[in-house]
Amino acid sequence: MLEQIIFYAFSALVVAAGAMVITLRNPVHAVLCLVVAFFASAGLWMLLEAEFLAITLVLVYVGAVMVLFMFVVMMLDINLAVLREGFAGYVPVALVFAVLMMVSIALVVGPKHFGLALFAAPLPHAADYNNTLALGRSLFAQFLLPFEAAAVVLLVAIIAAIALTLRPSRQTKAPKPERQVQVRRADRVRLVKDMDAEGTP
Amino acid sequence: MISLSHYLIVGAALFCLSVAGIFINRKNVIVLLMCIELMLLAVNLNFIAFSHFNQDIAGQVFVFFILTVAAAESAIGLAILVVLFRNRRSINVEDLDTLRG
Repeated sequence: MLEQIIFYAFSALVVAAGAMVITLRNPVHAVLCLVVAFFASAGLWMLLEAEFLAITLVLVYVGAVMVLFMFVVMMLDINLAVLREGFAGYVPVALVFAVLMMVSIALVVGPKHFGLALFAAPLPHAADYNNTLALGRSLFAQFLLPFEAAAVVLLVAIIAAIALTLRPSRQTKAPKPERQVQVRRADRVRLVKDMDAEGTP
Repeated sequence: MISLSHYLIVGAALFCLSVAGIFINRKNVIVLLMCIELMLLAVNLNFIAFSHFNQDIAGQVFVFFILTVAAAESAIGLAILVVLFRNRRSINVEDLDTLRG
């Protein structure tokens, strides 16, 4: 009974927050609603005994990615009026598509195919079950190569993000190779006649 | 009892909401990025639900990788957005028609 209360509370929260993300006028409020959605789904993941990922979602996603979103949203000086033009015009189309998709997905994933009769609820793990340990065992044994690939993906993302946004500072004094290679002899060398001490050639 | 289909329907609802969000916010790149995050969240919920009901930890490993890729994607997306705003003074999708033939 308690499980059901938790499930319905968090599900309602996640769906409500998702609906507010896509409809709110102010992007800052939308980011805050997205944070609420992430928290609520972390609760759902806890209910599914994925404790490590639930905490990762809060720490990494809410703590880093959403803060990054917040930074960008607050730094940019956005003209909201232009961006909201035609907002109401798209709502019916979006509603039709969303309802159609929802109905068709619900027909597939409904209780007829994924109910308790076919997918029985597993027994809860014992109190000393360590989700992080199990995940780590799987990650570092069975999925070691994908793990390394994920590290490379993160590295590439760091380099790409820095390379995209880095602007050369005006105070740095660095040589410019493209100008160095264009130097001709006449720019640098001036031939003078050899002179003696009195200044006569 | 909560069955697998409960979780899948929550995930489906989240996914449909974010598709609707892409339709109605099609001028604002920031909200589009947020809708993509919401979509990935829905997919992750499905993965974890299947992982739990099949008692297979591999589903959680997949979610781990999806989180990694999603973080990389949003970092690069936001970097592109910042550069775009610097050059164009706008994040309206309709202003981005330089490549139009």
